[in-house]
Amino acid sequence: MTNFTPISAAIGGILIGLSTAWLWLTLGRVAGISGILGGITRTAAGWRLAFLAGLIGTPVVFALAGGTVAWRAPDTSWPILIAAGLLVGFGTRLGSGCTSGHGVCGLARLSPRSIAATLTFMLTAALVVFMIRHGIGH
Amino acid sequence: MKACRILAGFLAGCLFGAGLVVSHMIDPLKVLGFLDIAGDWDPSLAFVMAGAIPAAAIGVALGHRARHPLYAPAFAQPPRQPVNARLLTGAALFGAGWGLAGYCPGPALAALGNGAPGTAIFVAAMLAGMAAFRWMPAR
Repeated sequence: MTNFTPISAAIGGILIGLSTAWLWLTLGRVAGISGILGGITRTAAGWRLAFLAGLIGTPVVFALAGGTVAWRAPDTSWPILIAAGLLVGFGTRLGSGCTSGHGVCGLARLSPRSIAATLTFMLTAALVVFMIRHGIGH
Repeated sequence: MKACRILAGFLAGCLFGAGLVVSHMIDPLKVLGFLDIAGDWDPSLAFVMAGAIPAAAIGVALGHRARHPLYAPAFAQPPRQPVNARLLTGAALFGAGWGLAGYCPGPALAALGNGAPGTAIFVAAMLAGMAAFRWMPAR
């Protein structure tokens, strides 16, 4: 159970959008995390590794500076976490994107593929959560 | 040029990570709170999208006026393909995993510094899933 936090959500969202805009205008790349992660073994992947370093390092710096970072671990058993990770890894590559590449950058570009993908993963995820929290056995 | 590209990528990653911290999307239970429409619904994630998409759209619009990006010869436009079964199947599989754990790729990586085994296990499985896709023979 979490509280509705519209202001911090919107400010954080703007930062994510600025990151996307910046990467597009400087490197001409879509800020899709699954695509960046999937491309780290390519040649000339320096900017991808640097992006990941910034992504992973910034919350650590926040925490070390005394900020509150709400990075608690998932409340999920390890076998389910492994299944979830496999699905997210495989699915984002098959579907060419995730919440950032399709959900933010793709929607900003009004890409029909990204709109279809975003609707699909939002609905599927909501359905899975419904089955776990309100389905059989509840 | 190479140093500029690496620095630009690093700065984008820092901004993205900061956005996930500030918006609390680094918390998988907060994301699940958004996906749980029938429960005690937390609409925060919709406000993240409402902040992120217009900011990204300004970048895309500015890009239309530029001949090429600042530190690259051309914009890497995603290939124009129709909405097909592969796209929708991939999105559905991703959505199922996202709903199971509350992690999508960005927040899972950003949360690695929490030192919790659960986060590391998810990221390891996610990398394995990506590797499995690469090794899949026919696609």
